[in-house]
Amino acid sequence: MARFENPDDIKVIVATDCGSTTTKAILIEYINGEFRLIVRGEAPTTVEAPFEDVTMGALNAVAEVEELSGRKLLDENGRFISPSQGKTGTDVYISTSSAGGGLQMMVAGVVRSMTAESAERAALGAGAIVMDVIASNDKRLPHQQIERIRALRPDMILLSGGIDGGTMTHVVEIAELISAADPKPRLGSSYQLPIIYAGNKEAATLVHDTLADKVDLKTVANLRPVLERENLGPAREEIHELFMEHVMAQAPGYRKLMSWTDAPIMPTPAAVGLIIQTIANKYGIEAVGVDIGGATTDVFSVFRPDSETPVFNRTVSANLGMSYSISNVFAEATLPMVMRWVPFKMDERDLRNRVKNKMIRPTTIPQSMEELIFEQAIAKEALRLALIQHKNFATVLKGVQQQRTIADAFDQSASGATIVNMMTLDMLIGSGGVLSHAPRRQQSALMMIDAFLPEGVTRLAVDSIFMMPQLGVLTEVQAQAATEVFEKDCLIHLGTCVAPSGTTKKAGPVLKYSIELPGGPVSGTLEYLEMKRFELGLQENGLPMTARATLEPERGFDVGAGKGNKVVKELHGGVVGIVLDGRGRPFDLSTLSEDDRVTYLKKWMTELNIYPADKL
Amino acid sequence: MAHAYTPGLKVTEQLLVVKRRILPLKGEVIVKVGDRVNPDDVVARTHLPGNVVPLNVANKLGIPPEDMSEVMLKKEGDPIKEGETIALKKSIIKWFSSPCQATIDGTLESISSVTGQVLQRGHPIPVEVKAYLRGEVTEVVPEEGVVVQCMAAFVQGIFGIGGETSGTLQTSVSNNTQVLTDDLIVDSMKDKVIVGGSLVTADAIKKAARIGVKGIVVGGFDDKDLRDFLGYDIGVAITGSEEIGVTLVVTEGFGQINMARKTFDLLGENEGKMACINGATQIRAGVIRPELVIPVEDQASAAEAEAAASMQGLAIGSPVRVIRHPYFGRLGKVTELPPQLQVLESESKARVLQVEFEDGQRAIVPRANVETIESR
Repeated sequence: MARFENPDDIKVIVATDCGSTTTKAILIEYINGEFRLIVRGEAPTTVEAPFEDVTMGALNAVAEVEELSGRKLLDENGRFISPSQGKTGTDVYISTSSAGGGLQMMVAGVVRSMTAESAERAALGAGAIVMDVIASNDKRLPHQQIERIRALRPDMILLSGGIDGGTMTHVVEIAELISAADPKPRLGSSYQLPIIYAGNKEAATLVHDTLADKVDLKTVANLRPVLERENLGPAREEIHELFMEHVMAQAPGYRKLMSWTDAPIMPTPAAVGLIIQTIANKYGIEAVGVDIGGATTDVFSVFRPDSETPVFNRTVSANLGMSYSISNVFAEATLPMVMRWVPFKMDERDLRNRVKNKMIRPTTIPQSMEELIFEQAIAKEALRLALIQHKNFATVLKGVQQQRTIADAFDQSASGATIVNMMTLDMLIGSGGVLSHAPRRQQSALMMIDAFLPEGVTRLAVDSIFMMPQLGVLTEVQAQAATEVFEKDCLIHLGTCVAPSGTTKKAGPVLKYSIELPGGPVSGTLEYLEMKRFELGLQENGLPMTARATLEPERGFDVGAGKGNKVVKELHGGVVGIVLDGRGRPFDLSTLSEDDRVTYLKKWMTELNIYPADKL
Repeated sequence: MAHAYTPGLKVTEQLLVVKRRILPLKGEVIVKVGDRVNPDDVVARTHLPGNVVPLNVANKLGIPPEDMSEVMLKKEGDPIKEGETIALKKSIIKWFSSPCQATIDGTLESISSVTGQVLQRGHPIPVEVKAYLRGEVTEVVPEEGVVVQCMAAFVQGIFGIGGETSGTLQTSVSNNTQVLTDDLIVDSMKDKVIVGGSLVTADAIKKAARIGVKGIVVGGFDDKDLRDFLGYDIGVAITGSEEIGVTLVVTEGFGQINMARKTFDLLGENEGKMACINGATQIRAGVIRPELVIPVEDQASAAEAEAAASMQGLAIGSPVRVIRHPYFGRLGKVTELPPQLQVLESESKARVLQVEFEDGQRAIVPRANVETIESR
């Protein structure tokens, strides 16, 4: 490909995401002073037999882009034409990949809640699926740990343990266990399993002596050099290096694909994390992204616990999904928790069979309204459980001694408290079939509101066609193009949810509002357990309209400035508009009586126009 | 995507079934090309390295790890026996010497003077691979295993539990709609693979396991019964390793669903023959479906069978099975394939087809919600 010294010279971009079943290609062009998505194409991924060459699927997807856009991208040998000239060629080609099962890692550390958790954070942030976490205190006996390591066959292992200058015995002990297990890499036995050591620097030589003969050992800076601080960067970079060098290079066709791209191929989740971090940093906001797939649900977040430094976290809920794992969602959430979102009765035996039938035939779609309502109820529970897992993982560092003053006496926050704060959260982005392809956008909004229970003022959006991976890797090459396309074409802005936090035992107002909508100002009172919706749409360029709002919560309720304090803020619109949620926080639908539950569900669903009234 | 329907499950009178029977790691192949094998014949064997059991000798003897070399009586690679003294901390008075004994039989793998840990490795664990099919060895993969093939009647299920086994095929119900209840299971069904109709009850499976039935093939099974039987809920469809005494293959899905008549008839025609059954299911990338293989002597040419079994696309007249509510489990023929997207009752837009059910009723169904029934 042509090389560009100046990113501003890049005007045409082709990006692909090679997923485990589908390869998606997008074409971005710089037109009339802005970067916009032109077309997208897709084709089945060709990593597995009989094709065993990922580039075939990538080229097929690009060929569809060619057909739809009229731009000739490939020459007669099936190679990219570069640089672009008029309606021919592209300046840049980039790709992400999760084909062949993505990047599967095992991590190990000494203390489960300290170095092992930091190692897990590093691996997840790098886009890996963490198959298991081995720690000295994980309650398994050494021989059980060895058997587990032997059985796993990961793509690589990240080993950490000990702060710099601390005790060395424990981390060497873990290295000895790994050595005894003699683990083999997942793809092919022609190379040694890569292991990254990111622990106590003084133990590096001992770890080297223990492992170097059996594995391909790389040593990087300690990811927890002192208890109070994590240093995940070097370990994450090494993971990406090894991902390219070993894992990708072993997968069929990837060597060829790597030679085509202008930036290293990135694991899909790492790229999604990157675009969310880029947007959060650009606007100085806190954001949560959730991708609910068939088998797994990923949650990404950027929060600023000290109100300045952004902290990025990613979790993968490996068995929460809408098809392959749907039965597990049902098992984990339990039937009553799913059924509380459904405003009519269904037979339990029949429901259980329906869920299992979806599991064994994952590609089917809801034909009847009843099936859709039930499927969206399951999605709410999958999202809720995934957020709980994320909250438990995205915490301030554990094991750090905190000095407390008398002022902290009533403060319940402790070592290991979550940094996920639904009140300070500015933006919630949903992605994945059930959210992106819901027949009505209001349904996506309500699924996210019910599952995540945002507090205060929170913008809602969905990724229309799952372009976030390609845009994530694009930030490495042309950040402006990535953010412009992200806001104008990738996101479908749903609107804003205003949800006063607080509870009350009796009916009554929770919020006085006044919103200067383009069609004229509206003002009124939001009652407890009431939901309202106001239209506030999009501008011509795809960005949301805004409206100034004055929000005055009642005593005991908070919309961001403390209980009872007024907030004046610009609210962003979208295809759904502004949703006022007067159900209070924390909110638990299960606490309502059976009659009230059904009555309120129907009310909310009618007010927000979620389902046709005659189907409720 | 070009194919917005689910490829059907294979149900065919004659198919060339080819199975790779490979060891988990290199070993010895004990049959050769051309050998006739039976399901229980061992075709390859090897030894897995024994389990490793660590023992912290330094802690046990109360010595610093760097003194390990002074106390060890055994060196790396030495054979050890459970209870045998492998290290001894000597004292001037003999009675006060402290010994440290091996906790398993095997060999001493390593001694660490950093952690004071000794790794003991147990004896190698033998692993055997059986033929699974009755057929012929057509290829030997040196040191790894073999390829076994046979001509067979073949039924692919949608979901199963339990691993590979084999037995004589016997129909236990009078038609494809009958429920297989425990009173239909009799002692003479020991070692048989039995065929049910629309459902098998939990009591029937329990009784079958008790009297030694090898396998059950049936149309449907209730999820609630599955949970009661296994004692846990299957969250993700990866099965085959359950040790329940009987292998189950479900051909249609969860709930009471009549076994497709074609499948039922095919199994009936092969009554009394030996059937190889495997419940292993994996519904993710690299799909594995449960199956029933009935080796047949009457050999059509392989090419002929392959051609017959090749998959047909979805066309007017194609036999299909609806795989989602509201018409779940019903069989019919495609009567229309409108190309444009249509809005469903759920308000989703999808490509659809019109199907005429066996009773003449017609319905519009999303293409994603049918699977073709492969015919020959």
